[in-house]
Amino acid sequence: MSDSHLSQAAQGLSLLSPSFTRWFADKGWQPRAHQMELLARAHAGESLLLIAPTGAGKTLAGFLPALTDLAQRGRIPPGSAFTGIHTLYISPLKALAVDIERNLMKPVSEMGLPITVETRTGDTPQAKRQRQRLNPPDILLTTPEQVALLIANGEAPRFFKDLKYIIFDELHSLVTSKRGHLLSLGLARLRRLAPGLKTIGLSATVAEPMDLRRWLVAQTPDAEHHAGLVTAPGGAKPIITILKSEARVPWSGHQAKYAMPEVYEAIKQHKTALLFVNTRSQAEILFQELWNINEDTLPIALHHGSLDVGQRRKVEQAMAENRLRAVVATSTLDLGIDWGDVDLVIHVGAPKGASRLAQRIGRANHRMDEPSRAILVPANRFEVMECQAALDANYLGAQDTPPVGDGALDVLAQHVLGMACAAPFDEDALFAEITTASPYTGLSREKFARIVQFVATGGYALKTYERYARIRKTADGLWRVSNPGVAQQYRLNLGTIVEMPMLNVRMVKRGAKGAVGRGGASLGKVEEYFLEMLSPGDTFLFSGKVLRFEGIRENECLVSQAFSLDPKVPAYAGGKFPLSTYLADQVRAMLDDPERWGALPEQVRDWLALQRDVSSLPKRDELLIETFPRGSRHYMVAYPFEGRLAHQTLGMLLTRRLERAGRRPLGFVATDYSLAIWALDDLGYSFAIERPSLSNLFDEDMLGDDLEAWLDESFMLKRTFRNCAVIAGLIEQRHPGKEKTGRQVTVSADLIYDVLRSHEPDHILLEATRNDAAAGLLDIQRLGDMLMRIKGHITHRRLDRISPLAVPIMLEIGRETVAGEAQDSLLAEAAEDLIAEAMGEDSV
Amino acid sequence: MQRLALASMEIQDFGAVSARTVVAGVEAVCDPLGALYLPETRLLVVSDLHLEKGAAFARRGMMLPPYDTLATLKVLEAVILRHDPAIVVSLGDNFHDRIGSAHLPEIFRSKIADLARGREWIWINGNHDPDGTVDLPGQSADELHYAGLAFRHEPSLLSPAGEIAGHLHPAATVIRREKAVRRPCFATDGKRLLMPAFGIMTGGLDLRHKAMTGLFDRPNLIAHMLGRDRIYSVRFTNLRS
Repeated sequence: MSDSHLSQAAQGLSLLSPSFTRWFADKGWQPRAHQMELLARAHAGESLLLIAPTGAGKTLAGFLPALTDLAQRGRIPPGSAFTGIHTLYISPLKALAVDIERNLMKPVSEMGLPITVETRTGDTPQAKRQRQRLNPPDILLTTPEQVALLIANGEAPRFFKDLKYIIFDELHSLVTSKRGHLLSLGLARLRRLAPGLKTIGLSATVAEPMDLRRWLVAQTPDAEHHAGLVTAPGGAKPIITILKSEARVPWSGHQAKYAMPEVYEAIKQHKTALLFVNTRSQAEILFQELWNINEDTLPIALHHGSLDVGQRRKVEQAMAENRLRAVVATSTLDLGIDWGDVDLVIHVGAPKGASRLAQRIGRANHRMDEPSRAILVPANRFEVMECQAALDANYLGAQDTPPVGDGALDVLAQHVLGMACAAPFDEDALFAEITTASPYTGLSREKFARIVQFVATGGYALKTYERYARIRKTADGLWRVSNPGVAQQYRLNLGTIVEMPMLNVRMVKRGAKGAVGRGGASLGKVEEYFLEMLSPGDTFLFSGKVLRFEGIRENECLVSQAFSLDPKVPAYAGGKFPLSTYLADQVRAMLDDPERWGALPEQVRDWLALQRDVSSLPKRDELLIETFPRGSRHYMVAYPFEGRLAHQTLGMLLTRRLERAGRRPLGFVATDYSLAIWALDDLGYSFAIERPSLSNLFDEDMLGDDLEAWLDESFMLKRTFRNCAVIAGLIEQRHPGKEKTGRQVTVSADLIYDVLRSHEPDHILLEATRNDAAAGLLDIQRLGDMLMRIKGHITHRRLDRISPLAVPIMLEIGRETVAGEAQDSLLAEAAEDLIAEAMGEDSV
Repeated sequence: MQRLALASMEIQDFGAVSARTVVAGVEAVCDPLGALYLPETRLLVVSDLHLEKGAAFARRGMMLPPYDTLATLKVLEAVILRHDPAIVVSLGDNFHDRIGSAHLPEIFRSKIADLARGREWIWINGNHDPDGTVDLPGQSADELHYAGLAFRHEPSLLSPAGEIAGHLHPAATVIRREKAVRRPCFATDGKRLLMPAFGIMTGGLDLRHKAMTGLFDRPNLIAHMLGRDRIYSVRFTNLRS
């Protein structure tokens, strides 16, 4: 730490009033250097980004400037003029806001500070919200959605006029999403309402701190501006091991059932273990497996986003009181929630990213000076290598957090409507305001005008909706909402989190003759498309129970207790992270360097050695392609290691090209590591005689016309469009008095997409959709980088039979195919059945 | 947009892409564009056009694309050119709301007039548009009884025999290898036939939905599903393998 930092820390110390120093002393704590530095610099008027590891007293640091300021101000005498809120604390999770209230009230009450602290989330009762508007607390703990609601209100100027500080917790996780985009626009508005306000961002270590520093302060067209940076020293290095199992590590799959005895043993040896998995269905399976062998009936609980809220709160409460020995969780517990004495993190399945792993491991042991303990449990052989790579990266401190990205246009449309609901606006003034938000600094005036038109009438080339406009430009040159219903509609549909259509799962009793009784407890929600696959009587795992599907009534899925041992599993859409670019590179490097195999288990080493002998191992910058016959088909397996999304896109494009070359491809399957395509023609021979050549097949030009043509029909684009359309307010998830079911929204979004694409392909919402898809679902940037990297470095091995490295993906065939394409072939298959039955119906 | 694309495609062998069926002894052809043609009487049935749906939503503050009427009429034109029917029956919910036909832009009004020239056109009233049409060719009616068949918007629970109805927007879901494909369909058990919705921006309701309960003799029920470029006929009991 430099001298200037030390002197700033000393200055910070001098800002602490006696009640604070006494409180620290009573706790036996020493104010930390970064806390004091942040306090001094905030008091001097700087906006700041604090980067600190978990357990470094980050939250207290963030609040210190506000607390000392408020302590000095003292209680507001009754009868004084209206005072707005002093400090906003914004957290990505409702639970985090509630947790912070608990932790913050402790010092406040122990020091006897005259400060009021309240939360406001979606769960806050209407009466309390109303009271908060009339009589605001000093510190308001809330979520991004609530901020959007508050600033869209006509009373916002009054409510926020005294705002001094905004604290953004977990800023690194907020800024990369559409929620972060919306919040950046909200921040731009708050800066206008309270010009003197300072921001304090709290973040874990990130790849690009400068992105966050810019995000925190107003940008101008001519120059970049950034918040100051305060960094806390890293804590003790975590102790991470990869689980060594007696059992064979499977070739493929994601469930790690083989390792259950060792996982259970590890839980027994610790006080409280947190078990992280990547998807909700994995969480259900892991939980079930653990209970199957839970001979000591240890209290083990389940926590994921689809479960009923009441149930989740119970688990959280039990954790806080240290009544649990283990919790199986997904990313809902990822963020900095600090409950109970967790002394072990077990990560089942590969972590998919070095930064994500570091975050999750940070959950164990919130004391900085003691190392966290973590065990990684790879579910298959590729994951063994991935875990080893992640483990190396964590020690190296590598970071692979995603970039902030350009502000989404659908989010902007939502914000523009919100601002019209707050007060009539001048288009130029609003443009100047929103471009101070760093994600929107590059937005053109012309595009902004199109967004305003979109908000008003849908922005169509065919201008037939003028008389129905939601916002109108009046004679004074200001845009205002056409009627109060618009504001009501806005409030109901606000937010950037678009759920897949979900149905509530309700437990019922099954009576005699299969009659279904009245509803019992609600267990949570499952995606509607999953339920479509079920027939009454089918069983599935949910909420830690095996359930029997009884049917759908109104908007609910009715289930009863089942005793089946072989349930189907909820095939959740959410929670699948692709392998990060950084880890992918590390895995390739490991494959290429037998020296590093020493850290791998013997069976994995043998597997790689065998691969080297019968085929070859890809070099770090090389693309290995294997071709071989199997059954009546010819296979091609490629090993790009670029993650499932990029591989899916690549698979679509290669299949199109092979089709055009007359090679009769039949299908493909993609994993995080490789891609397999099968065809009727001998692909190995085709490549050997260069029809087509592999370098042509993998040429970057596939990202041109082929991509465009495929995108237009892609179901992924439709799904993205639905999200954009909901966020932008074109279709709604909810309408006063008319609860649409998710299914209706899905169908109409698809149809709207088709109509719009065929009649106005350049519409602003389609542009927003393509931007989103390119960055997200399709991972096109990454695919492009890969194609460039492997140019001239493709190695083709023609084999007589399947290679060891190809086994994992070959096992995935049939388990997972890409939905949306090839749909008509399923119809044809079903129709053939009818013909075979000779029903007398002539359809041919 | 499969139907719009299909409407502009030239079809070589219509017999191979359509499906023949018999309702109460009357022969009918399920056209992959979503219309039913009765060759003996040269009568063409379409149902649930929901014209001006985009505009109806816009009136309520949701600015759906204003292109749905244009697209639906394009498909309608293609199917009329193909069969050159003597009679066109539009089976109700012709417009998405009550004022839809009165507010119909002139360009679409004259398009419909062109299509109706030289044939009879009957607008059956639906629940969305119970008041009939304004300034359009043809005549309005609540029901039509013709050639041994009854044409009405909502299926009646009392008299299935020979009923051609709409209203429910039937769709069927085929499930094979844990994948589901859902498509609009003609649904018939030989007594009654439910028409798929013809409007380009209309959704579907699954045949297993409780609103369909009691309408069909399920062992004999066949879903003639609208595929990308042809009809696929699947027995109800065979939708799920």
